[in-house]
Amino acid sequence: MSAVVDSHGHGHAHDYGDHHGGYGGIMRWITTTNHKDIGTLYLWFSLLMFGVGGIMAVVIRAELFSPGLQFVDPDFFNQLTTMHGLIMIFGAIMPAFVGFANWQIPMMIGAPDMAFARLNNWSFWLLPFASTLLVLSFLMPGGAPGVGWTMYAPLTVQMGMGMDFTIFAVHLLGMSSILGAINIITTILNLRAPGMTLLRMPLFVWTWLITAYLLLAVMPVLAGAVTMTLTDRHFGTTFFNAAGGGDPVLYQHIFWFFGHPEVYVVALPAFGVISQVIPAFSRKPLFGYASMVYATAAIAIISFIVWAHHMYTTGMPVTGQLFFMYATMLVAVPTGVKVFNWVATMWKGSLSFETPMLFAMGFLFMFTLGGFTGLVLSIVPVDIQLQDTYYVVAHFHYVMVAGALFAAFAGIYFWLPKWTGRMYHETLGKIHFWLTLVFFNMIFFVQHFLGLAGMPRRIPDYPLMFETWNQISSLGAFGMGLAQLLFVYIVVKCIRSGAPAPQKPWDGADSLEWTHLPTPAPYHSFETPPVLR
Amino acid sequence: MPISSATARFPRAPSIAAGAAVFLGLTFSGLALALEWNLQPAASGLAAEIHDLHEYVMILCTAIFVGVFGFMFWSVYAHRKSKGHQAEQFHENTTVEMLWTVIPAIILVIIAWPATRLVVAQKDTAAADLTIKVTGIQWKWAYDYIDGEGEGISFISTLTTPREQIEGRQAKGEHYLLEVDNELVVPVNRKIRIIATAADVIHAWWVPAFGVKQDAIPGFLRDTWFRAAKTGVFRGQCAELCGKEHGFMPVVVRVVSQEDYSKWVGDKKQALVGQADDPGKKLSLEDLKARGEKVYAANCVACHQASGKGMPPVFPPLDGSKIATGAKARHIDMVLNGKPNTAMVAFGKQLADTEIAAVITYERNSWGNRAGEVQPGEVRARRK
Repeated sequence: MSAVVDSHGHGHAHDYGDHHGGYGGIMRWITTTNHKDIGTLYLWFSLLMFGVGGIMAVVIRAELFSPGLQFVDPDFFNQLTTMHGLIMIFGAIMPAFVGFANWQIPMMIGAPDMAFARLNNWSFWLLPFASTLLVLSFLMPGGAPGVGWTMYAPLTVQMGMGMDFTIFAVHLLGMSSILGAINIITTILNLRAPGMTLLRMPLFVWTWLITAYLLLAVMPVLAGAVTMTLTDRHFGTTFFNAAGGGDPVLYQHIFWFFGHPEVYVVALPAFGVISQVIPAFSRKPLFGYASMVYATAAIAIISFIVWAHHMYTTGMPVTGQLFFMYATMLVAVPTGVKVFNWVATMWKGSLSFETPMLFAMGFLFMFTLGGFTGLVLSIVPVDIQLQDTYYVVAHFHYVMVAGALFAAFAGIYFWLPKWTGRMYHETLGKIHFWLTLVFFNMIFFVQHFLGLAGMPRRIPDYPLMFETWNQISSLGAFGMGLAQLLFVYIVVKCIRSGAPAPQKPWDGADSLEWTHLPTPAPYHSFETPPVLR
Repeated sequence: MPISSATARFPRAPSIAAGAAVFLGLTFSGLALALEWNLQPAASGLAAEIHDLHEYVMILCTAIFVGVFGFMFWSVYAHRKSKGHQAEQFHENTTVEMLWTVIPAIILVIIAWPATRLVVAQKDTAAADLTIKVTGIQWKWAYDYIDGEGEGISFISTLTTPREQIEGRQAKGEHYLLEVDNELVVPVNRKIRIIATAADVIHAWWVPAFGVKQDAIPGFLRDTWFRAAKTGVFRGQCAELCGKEHGFMPVVVRVVSQEDYSKWVGDKKQALVGQADDPGKKLSLEDLKARGEKVYAANCVACHQASGKGMPPVFPPLDGSKIATGAKARHIDMVLNGKPNTAMVAFGKQLADTEIAAVITYERNSWGNRAGEVQPGEVRARRK
């Protein structure tokens, strides 16, 4: 077996340099159609945006360190919260997982590359332009929009030109996501190696297949919502203006029909990463593979019928509130199945706790906590107390940060050896995990208390009774920011001077990139499909 | 004995332990005084039921959480490679899968049952003793008593915390950001129906102690209700992002006994009659300017700033502006009718002629502006 693999690998190593399309330097990256190069671009871009959004978060938390206005005026504060949300979701988390998809899907299904290589290049290169538009809105007259990432009408009509920049940026980001999704679906359905049946695919590939369909379904809806905002602003339409026969709440329905599935666009690939990492470090197959696939599909389908749970306080009819409450509670069932399956995978395994596993367990523990607060929020009367408070902020950061971001860290530490051919520094990785874990909880656990006690979200200043928790939270944010500098150091150190990695550094890993490809993975993954039993 | 052996191995342990104890002791004694952990104390039946429901769900969630992660941490403890534990290779069990699908579903039904009852109760706004229309305006609340005792009373409720406190030039008061000029006054133990709407963008009217939060949506009426169980002052804030001063539009409700309420209604009605200014009256520039400064502080200062410099380009300066130094008619029209699609609302609906004349006079004669006074009669003449 290993002899076969090695000769396969040597063939690639031999002509490694000929595959960059003849370009070197910067042109290699601009013209590349290679899934690994594009995956790398996505991941570095995501890291950059994570930094930009993170700096905004630190400024927000600095302002909230104590009551009163200290560093930023309320208008700029609103601009920061808006841009922090948009950049983290569309610039950091989503591209990170598309980066994983680019690197991993062809390797995991035994394909040479993505199905549409040039489209792949374009879907990445839309992103820097979209993000530039987004960030440029700060420099427009009136600054960036201060409307929150949800961009509710009719506040959007009051904004300056920065709002239009943001709308066009969202259009471009959506286009990029749709193109990426088409590519991923086509790749998975057409380029699998013989014998790689759908129900033999690694779970990461499954979660991305379902995520891509979600993206195709909801990104056009978001594009519609922001386009209607644009025409309301400039072309005299009144979609969201009651004075002209429209309805501001219509915007919320359209937005959240996108917005709720969007949560799973972020969460499902994270589930996929975790489903690769936990079995590898438990040295035991994933428990309940088929039920994991069905649960993923069930979550995706249910995500389309729960959108109005973001809108309980708009004044829905009682039947509407009850329907959305029951539907939302239902999400807990397939999500629970996934958590139980992960714990059952660890049960009676042979566990070891390298950095990827630590992040995966951190994910499991805190994502579940975020799931429980989600259940609390699904209950209409309780939600009416907690809607638009810091409880909601805490809840979705447990899902987005402790969920998606921790999974992304787990995935990066897990696959870095395969990608770079070098090992990261294990001790530093563990320190990064513990610092992130402690500071994350310092920021967000206390925000549950703030929300319960009645602190609204999106305010630059607050009554005195909320001071202590806010101080703890802000200190946590500063620590969290510094801890991520360590992450950058670990990655750079790994690439430049890490110890050479063996083909399969994790003895429990069993997908094709570990079993059938050398380390580092060759430029074109599988020129001839691997033979699967 | 264990302590001394620990001391032997870690000679500095006692001082570290003592330091930690002092630190934790101080921290927690401070925390116990200052910190809120839970929902605000309930002051209505609905809020009390929400508390109970929340506690009930939290207990269930905590139990499940401890159970599930008990398994995980037992695995972490017992099934580790470093202890030489060999991995078993099982990976499927239909019975278990069925169980952990069905049991959570049953738990959900157990939660849904009391929740449903409460949703229905919360939505029942019929048979109210008193109906009050609440209008969210950037960035204050307008209250109109439209049905029941006190019908006809209406007033606007604005933050009274001085800018000096917000900007840190003065010590912050006890009710920092939670104090207003005109509190909403309601009688205890009466069903109060709130009809919410807005003049510009979406706001949300929220009083945590009553368990009431209702979005105020421009162009639509949405209702909710509460029945305050005890007298006192209850404070909340706008809960929906509504622009720059979203954090500065509190809701303050004073709950009083029925007798006090009737007395308040009588006083308020009389005061409203007495307060009404005679718009025909001519006032001196000094009087107008003095009154205008107060109106400016309550309505204009957040955007146009105390310096009159505004925050360009969104909030234009008044100092030296064409409108504030040019023709009176244009200035009056701007204040009366506002500017569409901006935060400049039509103050004609909120302020009386005399107040508008006063604030315009203030704006035309402050900072570097010297453009003379505007009399209430001139404002009335330009109302459409």
